[in-house]
Amino acid sequence: MKIVVCVKQVPGTTEVSIDPETKRLIREGVSIEMNPFDTYALEQGILLKEKHGGELVVLSMGPKRAELTLREAIACGADRGVLLNGRPLGGSDTYATSYILSQGIKKIKDVNLVICGKQAVDGDTAQVGPGIAAHLGWPQVTYVSKFIESGESELKLERMHESGSDVSVVALPAVLTVLKDVNIPRIPTLKGRLNSRKVDITVWDETDLETDFEKIGLGGSPTRVVSTRKPDARDKHTIVLKGSASDSARELMKILKSRLEL
Amino acid sequence: MKLSELDSADNYNDVWVLGEVVEGKVHRVTLELLGKAKDLAEKRASSGSKVVCLLMGYQLDGLEKELFSHHADKVIKVDDESLKFFNDSIHASVVTRLVKKYKPEIMISGATSKGRSLMPLVAVKLETGLTADCTGLEIDEESGLLLQTRPAYGGNIIATIKCEDYRPQMSTVRQGVFKVLPEDVSGTGELISEFVLDEEKQTSFTIISEEGLDGETRVNLHDANVIVTGGRGVKSADGFKVIHDLADAVNGAVGATRATIDSGWISYSHQVGQTGLTVQPEVYIACGVSGQIQHLVGMQSSDFIIAINKDPDAPIMKLADVAIVGDLFEVVPEITKLLSN
Repeated sequence: MKIVVCVKQVPGTTEVSIDPETKRLIREGVSIEMNPFDTYALEQGILLKEKHGGELVVLSMGPKRAELTLREAIACGADRGVLLNGRPLGGSDTYATSYILSQGIKKIKDVNLVICGKQAVDGDTAQVGPGIAAHLGWPQVTYVSKFIESGESELKLERMHESGSDVSVVALPAVLTVLKDVNIPRIPTLKGRLNSRKVDITVWDETDLETDFEKIGLGGSPTRVVSTRKPDARDKHTIVLKGSASDSARELMKILKSRLEL
Repeated sequence: MKLSELDSADNYNDVWVLGEVVEGKVHRVTLELLGKAKDLAEKRASSGSKVVCLLMGYQLDGLEKELFSHHADKVIKVDDESLKFFNDSIHASVVTRLVKKYKPEIMISGATSKGRSLMPLVAVKLETGLTADCTGLEIDEESGLLLQTRPAYGGNIIATIKCEDYRPQMSTVRQGVFKVLPEDVSGTGELISEFVLDEEKQTSFTIISEEGLDGETRVNLHDANVIVTGGRGVKSADGFKVIHDLADAVNGAVGATRATIDSGWISYSHQVGQTGLTVQPEVYIACGVSGQIQHLVGMQSSDFIIAINKDPDAPIMKLADVAIVGDLFEVVPEITKLLSN
């Protein structure tokens, strides 16, 4: 089985600022980590590879330093890493990003399964996984909470939704997005860490990927950020209670009572 | 679809709401979105824009009535056994075909797990843009474009996004962001039936069975009048006991912040905030919640907010109607005691 796990390098903090020109996140000078939701996708890829053999490739689009995230994934058990990097790829929205990643998957060749985290913690859109499925024309199974059975050519999966769950079978190739419930991600071994330093990371740019230039970067993105602002601080009069716990509780009851009478 | 001289923006009219049915009933978020769609369509009245609800599923008899009384001008119904379960592939093929046929200018859906799975598939198939989890939708008076507002980068920034050169303009919206407009029980409209094509049913993805949540795990945050939420200040799984006690005393529901869920103190289904649920109860009681923006975006529309925190400068204290400075383990049991009497 040839598996691709998509990982994203995200800011390790919520203190962020925005480039006034591109209106997109300034990633320089911010601490970074692997998107926490992607660690479950990675672990699932490792588990499936352990069971079925084959190859596990980690794929990311981002700046050069996203190599670090790919090496971290290799330290955990991925075989190799592919980074999609190039100035024209920058500023891509979820449509363009999923297009570029799907081109990377095509170029990796003979992929049976793509696994993504349910969403990235910075953008929070959950759109790239389904976008990849649509660009590849493969079925998707989102919000996977359990791998019930895994065979070489099909998977039996449980999905979660707000009002319950369902059980489904998908024939490969397919794209999955997984929830935290699927597994407990492992920590890299020392041997894995040493190995991850030696492995070469493949870097492909827009030309290597044979992308349609109309579909990448800021220019190829259907959506455009027109303005950004800080969230409103709600302008209101707050009653502050600072006394003992019992005084505050009693005061609160009075306020609630007068509110109910209104 | 990318606009061109041959296929200009003038060809696209109407505001579509992608309806959702759960256990045979119209999902509340669909009704909320119909209200918003009415507002958007009125602002686009110059182009003859109407409110259309696309409802897909199985055994949908009579559901259009509720959609008409919630201001849909037109309902396109696709009632087919192949749509009984949520099969992304079949649903996406049908929506894509119908959008190409009817050419709506705007299409919005609830940001439910279904909406968030289906809309990005459809957007890519249609080659257009999609904005997730919008907290505001307005029409730009000058350009007539849809201005989509959403919190980005963990809610630290509110971004306004547009999709100028592609149609339809697509957004998902969380439940609880917009309010359901008062019903017009005499409301009627046009009902159109569409079908699933045989080739659309051919897919390598099959759903075998479906199961609802049992009462134990169902946390009905959307229906609760009072929500009592525990944050990092609750300190442990045991610490949630005082939160549960207060919620029980007021017949409310228990909410939680992402930090407490990541720490494993309580299950994900309780999460309020950007990656959890958006709620607007009559009373929201935040206990030991610092008020990170990701949490605030999920609860700031609550009618009355009470915050209990040791730190008087915590962001939640500025948002609150009543801010109680103190140890939640002392204050919360006092409130529970007074309310129980």
